[in-house]
Order: sequence, then structure tokens, then C-alpha cells
Amino acid sequence: MTELPADQGAQALDVPQPHVKTRRNRDVLIALAAFVVLALLPMVFSSKFLLDFVIRCAAYGLFATSLNLLIGYTGLTSFGHGMFFGLGAYGFGLMMQKTGVSVPVAFVATLAITFVTALVIGAICVRLKEIYFAFVTLAFQMLIHSTILSWVSLTGGDQGLRGGIPRPPFWGIDLSNHLHLYVTSCALLVIGLFLMHQIAQSPFGYTLRMIRDNATRASFIGIDVWRAKLTIFVLAALFASTGGVIMALFVSGAYPEFAYWTISGEGIFINMLGGVTTFLGPMVGTVLLLILNDTVTRLTEYHGLVLGIVILFFAIGLRKGLMDFVIEWYAQRRDRRGK
Amino acid sequence: MLEIRSLSKSFGGVKATDNVTLDFADGSLTAVIGPNGAGKSTFFNLITGALTPDAGQILLNGVDLAGRTPPEIVRHGIGRAFQVASIFPSLTVQETMLAAVCADQRKASVLHRRFPLAETRDRAEHAMELLGLASKRNRTAATLSHGDQKLLDIALALVLDPKVLLLDEPTAGMGTEERWRMIDKVRELWEKQKITVVFIEHDMDIVFKIAPEIVVLCYGRILATGAPDAIRRNEAVIEAYLGTEHHAGAAV
Ligand SMILES: Nc1ncnc2c1ncn2[C@@H]1O[C@H](COP(=O)(O)OP(=O)(O)OP(=O)(O)O)[C@@H](O)[C@H]1O
Ligand SMILES: [Mg+2]
Repeated sequence: MTELPADQGAQALDVPQPHVKTRRNRDVLIALAAFVVLALLPMVFSSKFLLDFVIRCAAYGLFATSLNLLIGYTGLTSFGHGMFFGLGAYGFGLMMQKTGVSVPVAFVATLAITFVTALVIGAICVRLKEIYFAFVTLAFQMLIHSTILSWVSLTGGDQGLRGGIPRPPFWGIDLSNHLHLYVTSCALLVIGLFLMHQIAQSPFGYTLRMIRDNATRASFIGIDVWRAKLTIFVLAALFASTGGVIMALFVSGAYPEFAYWTISGEGIFINMLGGVTTFLGPMVGTVLLLILNDTVTRLTEYHGLVLGIVILFFAIGLRKGLMDFVIEWYAQRRDRRGK
Repeated sequence: MLEIRSLSKSFGGVKATDNVTLDFADGSLTAVIGPNGAGKSTFFNLITGALTPDAGQILLNGVDLAGRTPPEIVRHGIGRAFQVASIFPSLTVQETMLAAVCADQRKASVLHRRFPLAETRDRAEHAMELLGLASKRNRTAATLSHGDQKLLDIALALVLDPKVLLLDEPTAGMGTEERWRMIDKVRELWEKQKITVVFIEHDMDIVFKIAPEIVVLCYGRILATGAPDAIRRNEAVIEAYLGTEHHAGAAV
């Protein structure tokens, strides 16, 4: 289940030190290149629809990739990860509407709120075994959702945060300008993915893989399993929350659906679509789901039915996500050539 | 010096470990034998923190480790391998070793550097050489043979440089020839590393040939301790244990 077994795994380990630096530099280059390509996209295709699509990909992609840090890397299947997406959207939206602080301050404050919330919820949840962990995270999601619904004076209840989110310009960036919002979302996406990839490839990332494979054995080589799980739970929450901030800026509001359990469900669905054994699987899954969502909603009213069939196809037909499939196919082809 | 003092553990009515007092001298090699369900694994589980003792002390160089968690106990220098090989199926042999050294150097939660850390390489390499796994470094653990998985499990304990190494049936599930190869390896490791080794073993031929010290457990109690010759002649042992399985051999 290690990611990229084909070209990155074992062989690269033979010559550690000089290699390690090049790998980091290569990642920086890839991230920069990805950002430049995304940022130049509007010059080639100026369609608002495309830019909107990329912004939504940034929001959901950060969320889904962070969920994969839990599911794919650590073996923690959270059914409630969407609560941090909702928390990000509401935290940021409220901060901007009620306090009049600048955008960067509101962003950092939102991450701080998420940090504390995730720490408390994580401390309760990560001790629990599989299905209990899944359901207690789901329970916390429901709790946050119903708090949002019932605290009408603060959150607007089922109407959501309305009246738009003010966004005073900062550092020469004006987020009420659609292009600025687009480029900022791309930057957040690329930085977020870069950081999460660094986490996955760090010594801590391998600690997570050990916990996923055999938590008992991990504790017998001196790893504090509970602490490691809590750490990744909180880190993943921060990235999910960032996704929520992008979403709040995109729709200029926050709605209870952002914190509903279906968001968590979509996150898991995205991971099934794209696959959890590669780092970029969830990103691919995000693009697939959003395309599916957009086309299916336009073509038919039986939107849920079609998505259900697609899930069944991936779960029962392929038994893996698209990226897992591609990687496996590629490895097989390479092996055949090698012979 | 590992000193066990009045160690006890019950499961419901079953006394799995019953008032056990034992010393393991530094650098000793001891075999623990006993019929199925005698409490051998439980004894190891208590020492390594997998189970919390009901009573008693576990003193390693004078420090009481009873009731501490597995990570704490490992860091004090008691490593173990399991009756059923306990490994990380999706990691390669080399990744397993590197990650273990990382944990031992308290770098398991480092976020800003890339795995593997250069300073973990020599120790990982050494452990792979010691157990003859170097040529299989790039194999994922799940694809290894049963015997190699047992070796990897032992390597995982050994790479942490323990003072005391507890091996729960290193030869479990092996054929005769493979058993001997494994037990020679254990003896070789003991001689090279100069650490305290305690191993559980069912095969009497192996035990009497290899172990300078033997502990016999039965129903959670110590039935006898001593050198192979003394154990072989011990009435209670013949009665309770050898009598059932090795009667013919013992009579000769
Ligand atoms: N976690 C547990 N919960 C309940 N009972 C247990 C537990 N672990 C062990 N026992 C019981 O304690 C007794 C000793 O078991 P243990 O596994 O220590 O025996 P053993 O000597 O290792 O046997 P074997 O040779 O079969 O490995 C058995 O009766 C077993 O059923
Ligand atoms: Mg046993």
C-alpha cells in the first residue's frame, strides 16, 4: 500500500542523503510549475466556468487529500472529517462578518479555532477502534451541524451566513476580484498539497504507515500511537478547514450543508474514486466527482442514483480507485517489458 | 540484570502467571518451556507491557517497569518478537528497519525532513546484515516467506539495541531443518550481541542442546529452573511435562 511503488519507493532509499535533498527540490519545482500553469490558465481559457471549477477543485481537493492522510496513510476512517470543512467556512465567514479583521488574520484565527476543536475531538476519538472511531467522529459532525442550525443569532440557522463575506484588500490582493480569488485559491491548493506531501514523505509519514499496518507492533518499537494519531487528526483538520475557507470565499457565505455529514461522505467517495494508495489519488477523485456532479445534475434528476451506480462500479467492479488502477497497470506493463 | 519479583496475573479464574520470581543475569541465554497454555506468552506480555500485572515487580537494573506502557518499556531496553510474526506488511524490509531506528532515535514525529534519515542508515544496515535480510531489502514484508517474516520480526526488536531480547517461539510453524537454522541464528545473535536473550521453545531437542539455562512453567507457576541436565532429571518436570510428550526419550 505504499504510494508510488513503481518508481519512488524502494530504489530511491538506497542512496539517502544527497537524494533526499533533490527529492525535496524536485517537489518544490513541481509545485511551482503547477502553480504557474494554473495561474496562467485564465490567459488561455477565460471561461468563468472553468475558473470556478478549479476553485471548487481547490476547496474539495484540499479536503479530500487531508482525509486521505487519515484513511490511506494512517488507517483512520473518519466519517466526520467534513465538520472541519464546515468549521473553516463558518469560522472564516463569521470572523470577516462580525469582527472586521483583515483576511489573513481571519484565516489564521480560523486555523487556530480548528486546531483547538480538532485537538479536543481528536483526543476523545483516536483511542477508539475502527467502527467506533468512525461513528464517534460522525456523532461530533452531527453535533456541530445541529449547533449551527440552532444557534440562529450567530449562524443564521438553516438560512446560513448571508449578506456576503466582506473581503478588504490586503497585500495588493483583492478577493472580490474573481481573478484574484482564483489565483489565491490555486496558491492555497498548491501550498496545501506540498505541505501534505511533505508530511507523507517525512519520518512521521512512515510512522503513520506503521500504525496503519500494525499499531500494536508500532507501540513495541517505542511509538506513542495515540499521540501520532492525534497529531495527524489535527493536521488533517487544518487542511480540511482551509478547503472550507476557500469554499466560503467562493460562495461568499456559509451554509449548514458545508458541515453536514454528506460532506464527509463525499470526501470518502472521492477517495474511493481516486484511490487511497497514491498521494494524488484524492485530487483525481475530486476532479472526477465534480465533473460527474456537474454533468449528471444537468442531464438527469436522478442524480443520486447515477452517483450510486458509479460508486458500485468502483467499489465492486474495480475494487480500487482510478489512480490505484493506473499505477498497477503501469507497474505490470513495466514488469512485462523488464522480462 | 532483569529481576522478576512475585509477578501475578489472572484472567477471570485462570491464574496465567502465578507468583513468579526469577532472575535473568546480564548476557544469559534462557529457554522458557512449558505445555500449551502454561502462561509463557503471558509472562512475556507482562514484562513488555502488553498486559498489566495484578501484582509484582519487573526490575531492569533496579528500575521497576511493572505497569508501564510498551513504548516506555521498549525505551528502557526490553525488546521482543512475537509468536506470530508481527511486522508491517506494506513496508519493505529496509523501510521497516529505517523506520524502527528512527523511532528509537526519537525522530518518529519529525515532519520537516524526508524519510529516510541519513543517520539511521548504518544501524538499519547492520541489523539487516545480522539477520541475513540484506538481499531482500526491497521486498515488501507481506511477500516474504514465513521464516523471513519471523527473522524480520526479530530484526525489528534487535535493531533497537535492546539490553534484553524476548523471543516468543522463534521457530513456531517451521519444519525441522528450518528450526535448526533459526535457533542457530538466535544463538549466534546472542553470542555476537552479548545481550540477555530469553526464548520460548517447544522442541525439547533444541532446548536441551542450545540453552544454558531453562525455566519450566506449568499452570502459571515455576516448576523448575536450572541447567539442561538438572531439568532433564527433575522428577516434577518429567511428571508434568516430559512425561506426556517425551516419555520414551526421557526414559532412555
Ligand atoms: N488476553 C487474555 N485473556 C484471557 N485469557 C488469556 C489471555 N491471554 C492468555 N490467556 C489465558 O492464559 C493462559 C496462558 O496463556 P498463554 O498464551 O500465556 O500460554 P502459552 O504458554 O503461551 O501457550 P502456547 O504454548 O499455546 O503459546 C491460557 O489459559 C490462556 O487461555
Ligand atoms: Mg504462547
